[in-house]
Amino acid sequence: MGTKAHLMVKTGKKPNETTHYLDPVSELEAMPEVESIEPAAPTPFPDEISSTPGGETVRWCAQCGTCSSSCPNVAQMDYSPRRTIAMIRAGRRYDVLTSNTMWICASCYLCTVRCPRGVKITELMHALERVATSHGLTLGRTAAAMHRVFIDSIKKYGRVHELGMMMRFYLSTIPTGKINPLATIKMLPIALKLRSHGRMALKPTKIKGSEQLKTIVEKARALGGAR
Amino acid sequence: MKYYAYFPGCSCSEGTGVAYGQSTQAVAGPLGMELIELEDWNCCGSVPYGSTNELEALSVAARDLALAEKTGLDLVTPCSSCYTTLNGANSKLKEYPDLKAKVDECLAAAELKYEGGVRVRHLFEVIYNDIGLDVIKSKAVKPLHGLKVAPYYGCQLVRTEPGFDNPWNPQSIDHLIVTLGAESVPFPLKDRCCGGELVIPEVDIALGLIRKLLESAASNGAQCIVTVCPLCQTNLDAYQGMVNSKFKTKYNLPILFFTQLLGLALGVEPKALALDKSIVSAEAVLAPYTKVAEPAV
Repeated sequence: MGTKAHLMVKTGKKPNETTHYLDPVSELEAMPEVESIEPAAPTPFPDEISSTPGGETVRWCAQCGTCSSSCPNVAQMDYSPRRTIAMIRAGRRYDVLTSNTMWICASCYLCTVRCPRGVKITELMHALERVATSHGLTLGRTAAAMHRVFIDSIKKYGRVHELGMMMRFYLSTIPTGKINPLATIKMLPIALKLRSHGRMALKPTKIKGSEQLKTIVEKARALGGAR
Repeated sequence: MKYYAYFPGCSCSEGTGVAYGQSTQAVAGPLGMELIELEDWNCCGSVPYGSTNELEALSVAARDLALAEKTGLDLVTPCSSCYTTLNGANSKLKEYPDLKAKVDECLAAAELKYEGGVRVRHLFEVIYNDIGLDVIKSKAVKPLHGLKVAPYYGCQLVRTEPGFDNPWNPQSIDHLIVTLGAESVPFPLKDRCCGGELVIPEVDIALGLIRKLLESAASNGAQCIVTVCPLCQTNLDAYQGMVNSKFKTKYNLPILFFTQLLGLALGVEPKALALDKSIVSAEAVLAPYTKVAEPAV
């Protein structure tokens, strides 16, 4: 992936000038040279995804579109699930990883159970979220911000303290401008109703094994890195 | 008596789904189940952790699995998200030996060990398969005749693990409703998504999904919706008012946990079922079924 594009850049010609006139044989001969110039070329995007747990099935896709027509949130997505898979296979790393698609996947698995090729699309969406996170491409993604406060709560207490998690999430969105502070205030009645019906604990519960859990998480971080 | 390790999850233990946790414990005894809460369990990690860091998420879930393995019992949870996460962690540890080796290292650092021997099950599936509809029918001393219920499966119960029910057109909750003497109304969107955790970061998307579900149930004459998931219940119940103001609708559908309905039919004291924790009050709809048990004060 990308080898031909690299070649064109190296020869200093515009792509459409080279495509027509370049001799295929010399193009092939030039390839090892390109590789030797850029030995640290990143893993091609399709390989990066298919080697990520949950992304292996991306090559099985037959582009039928059953996933996209099943998805409850497809209308709000930058690219449909089918198109996302096509773009992964076309190597469009940046476009895929900066799209909102995986972040508004509701993780409902309808695409997965309907896919005639057995592509695990929901798992793929989760894999894309992890890859985007590891590349630092989560700017302005409210779901990623919510994931962060959710995980912080687990790391701190061993459990999710819903009230604290929600408050921290809404506060964290104000500086990003992604969620209007007024819209946040509209959420207040929900929290109050839940609280008045005894469904919002004010104080978090900390598990006895919180240090044990911390040891586990730190070890995982040391072994696995960011992904 | 049947014994199970019980994993309530954050929501059902003291959060938004606390009524589910309470009504679960209330029906367990009458059904001949002993639910022994897993000692010092931690949050399963759910979708947010699994979407951020695979190894950390698996290791966090594996702590619960390791604790459960010590009990030698099946691990039962009423929460569909905990079920998906813990069950998924189990599958991934089998599917990816290299990840399993790293998870083992993480657990070993905390003096824990997981051999992979825990069976993770959803409470509804346990009641449906282990207790069975025949036993439930024989114990349903107060059948819910005349109550029109929309069976809401949500997405995780039947889709993430093949085998229990049809993932495209599930029937098990319908059967339970009929067994309890109530009527199961046609509910075409019975397995469609409520938005789940997206209700926090993407509330407008979730409100649209919730509205479709309420419309599908209401237009088919449902008096209430019954769910098997604390997230579904919270989204449909707590956000129903917001749907009404956003879309100028007038839905007034109580959202009940299946354990609450089950408890009523089994003759469990209504107070023990935490019915008053519903934001859309179920009082009027359930009045014919709660009156006799609760004498006027």
